[in-house]
Amino acid sequence: MSINPKTPNPTTRNTISVLKSHLHSACAAAALLLATGSLAQAQDLNALIWCDHADPALLQPFEEANGVRVNVKEFEGTGAGLAIVEQSQPGDWDVMVIDSIDIPRGVEKGLFEPLPEDKLPLADLFPQVKMDSSTVVDGKRYGITEKFGYNTIGYNKTKVDPADMQSMAALTGDKYKGKIAIYDYYLPVIGMAALAIGKKTAELTEADLPAIKEQLLKMKANAKLVGEVTASQTALATGEVDILVGGGEWVTAGLAKENPALDFSIPKEGAVLWSQSLAMFKDSKNKNLALKFIQYIMSPEGQARLATSSCYWGMPANTKAALSDEQKKILRFDEQEEFLARAQSYPAPNADLDKKMQDVWTEMLQAQ
Amino acid sequence: MNSASSGRALPWALVTPALGWTLLFFVLPFVAMAVSSLTAHEGGGFTLSNYSQFFANPSYWQAMVNSLQVTAIVTVISVLLAYPFAWILAEQVPERWQRLALMLAVLPFWTSYVVRSYSWLLVLAQNGVVNRALTGSGLFSEPLQLANTRLATVTGFVHFFVMLLTLTIFANLKQLSPSYRKAAADLGAGPIRTFLHVVLPLTLPGIMVGAFLTFVLCIGDYITPQILGGNNELLMPQLVMMQIGRRGDFPLASALSIILMAVVTIAYLACARWLKIERA
Repeated sequence: MSINPKTPNPTTRNTISVLKSHLHSACAAAALLLATGSLAQAQDLNALIWCDHADPALLQPFEEANGVRVNVKEFEGTGAGLAIVEQSQPGDWDVMVIDSIDIPRGVEKGLFEPLPEDKLPLADLFPQVKMDSSTVVDGKRYGITEKFGYNTIGYNKTKVDPADMQSMAALTGDKYKGKIAIYDYYLPVIGMAALAIGKKTAELTEADLPAIKEQLLKMKANAKLVGEVTASQTALATGEVDILVGGGEWVTAGLAKENPALDFSIPKEGAVLWSQSLAMFKDSKNKNLALKFIQYIMSPEGQARLATSSCYWGMPANTKAALSDEQKKILRFDEQEEFLARAQSYPAPNADLDKKMQDVWTEMLQAQ
Repeated sequence: MNSASSGRALPWALVTPALGWTLLFFVLPFVAMAVSSLTAHEGGGFTLSNYSQFFANPSYWQAMVNSLQVTAIVTVISVLLAYPFAWILAEQVPERWQRLALMLAVLPFWTSYVVRSYSWLLVLAQNGVVNRALTGSGLFSEPLQLANTRLATVTGFVHFFVMLLTLTIFANLKQLSPSYRKAAADLGAGPIRTFLHVVLPLTLPGIMVGAFLTFVLCIGDYITPQILGGNNELLMPQLVMMQIGRRGDFPLASALSIILMAVVTIAYLACARWLKIERA
C-alpha cells in the first residue's frame, strides 16, 4: 500500500486549509441533505454504494430479516465517494463499496474500521480476488472483496470472428475500424493497453506511459466512441459497435437474455481483473448492523443477488454463491480458474502516476 | 424608532432575503471554489499550479478551444433558426393561435434533458431514423456516423436552445410598437429595408439576451456532449468532471471552473451593451 508522505499534519495546517475546512463545515449540512435525501434514523444503515447495491432484490431480504432500512447513496469514482464522506458528519455513513485497490486511500484518511476476519467467509473466496495487498493494511483487514470481473474484450459474436477476439491486435488492426467502442475509464483500459504491449499491469511506471499512449491512440483511431457504462453498453447492445474495449461480463451477462450474441473473451495477452470491496466506517454508529450487512452480502444468497443485480452483473467473490446453473453459465463460472490465471491485477498507481495516467487518457480523448 | 430611521430600514429589510440568498448560494460557494482552486491537491497549502496546469497542458487548453467552438456554432445556428421562427410566430400567426404555437414551441422543454439527449442518440444512431432515411432514399449507400460526433452534440444543443432563443426574441418582437414600421413605410421604406434598418436593430437586445443565455448554458453543459459527443473530444465541463471522478482532485476542478467562469464573464462584458434589462 502507499501512504502519502505529504498528508498534512493537523497542527500545522495553514490559513487556506483552515478556511477551506470551515467552508466545508458550513456546507456540510446542506450537502448531506442533498446527498442522502433523508437522513438516517436510529437503526437505519447508511451505505455509500455503486448502483448494483441499489437493487431492491438485493436489499429487501436484508431489511426484512433485520427489521431495518438501508439508505443508499450511489456514487461513481472513489474520489467522488470520499468527497461525500468528507462533507458529512462522522457517523453519517456505515458501509462503503469501493474499488479494492482504493481501500488504502480510505485507511490513509482514517475512515475505515478493521473487519473481524473470523466472522467473514474469507476461506470461501476465490483466492486470487482476496486482494490482500490492498484490503489488508498493517496486518488488519479493512475490506473484503465482494464482486469481481474482467476489463477485457466484449463483443457481438454474430458480427465479429470470435477467433479474432483472442488477440488484442484485433483492436488496432483495420478489420474492425469504426466498429469499436472504448470504455471510458482510464485505469483498466490503460491496463489493457499495457498488456497489449507486453507490460505487466502491476509494474507500470512513468517510463511506460509513452508506449501505452501510442497503443491507446491506435485504439482511439479505430474507435467510434469512448463511453461510460451506459453509453458503451447501449452502443454494444444496439449494434452501433460490435466490440467494446474494456468490456466483460459486467456488460454482456446482464444483457444475455435479450441479446445472447454478446460475449467476452480473455485474449492471449490477458485481461485486467477488477474487484470491488465492502468496507466499514470507523465512525459508524451501527457497527453491528454494518457487519451484519457485510456478512449478508458475502453470504451465498447475498452474493448471488449481488452478482445478478439489475444494474450490472459480475462474478461473486464467494465460490459458494447460490447461483442457478443458467446464471453460472452466463457468468462463465466454471471457467474462472482459467480466466483468473490469465488475468492481471488492476493498475494501482500512486497519486503522481495516477495523475500522469489520467493526463495520458485526456490526450487520447482529445486526439483526432 | 422615528419615521426617518424606519424609512431607511425598510429597503434593507426588503433586500435582505435576496442578499442572504445570493451570499449563501453564490458568494459563499464561489469563495469556497476560489480557495479550493488555490490549494494543492496533495498536502494542501497555497499553490498556483492548478491554474498553470491549464495553460501548460495542450489537452486542457484544447478543451477550452473545443468548448468555445461548439458554443459559438450552437449560438449562431440557434439565432439563425430562432429569429425567423419567432418572427413568424409574432407577425404571421394570428393572435388567437400564438399561445398554442408558443406552447408547441416549448414542448421539448417538458421532457427531461437527459432523456432528450438519449433520444437524439437513437435518432442519429447507425440504425436510427436519419440514417435509415438517408440509406433508404438511396442518397447514401452506407450509414453516416452522426451519433457520437460534434455534429450530434451541436444538434442536441440547437434543439434545446432554439426554443429558448425563440422565447426571448418573440417577447422582444411583441414589445415592438407597430408605429415604427408604419413610420418607416410612410417614409418610403420597403419591407426588407424596414426589417434591416428598423426591426432588426430594435430587436437586437432580445437576440443578444438569448444568445448570451445560450452561450452561458451551452459552455457549462456536461450532459449533452457527454451523451451525444461520444467522448471523441473533451469540452471543459467534461474535463472538470474528469478531475473529480476517481482522483477527487477538487482543486484542479475548481481552477478549471473558475477559468470557465472568467470566459463567461468576458462574454458578458462583450455583450453588456445589449444586456441592459430595460432594453430587453
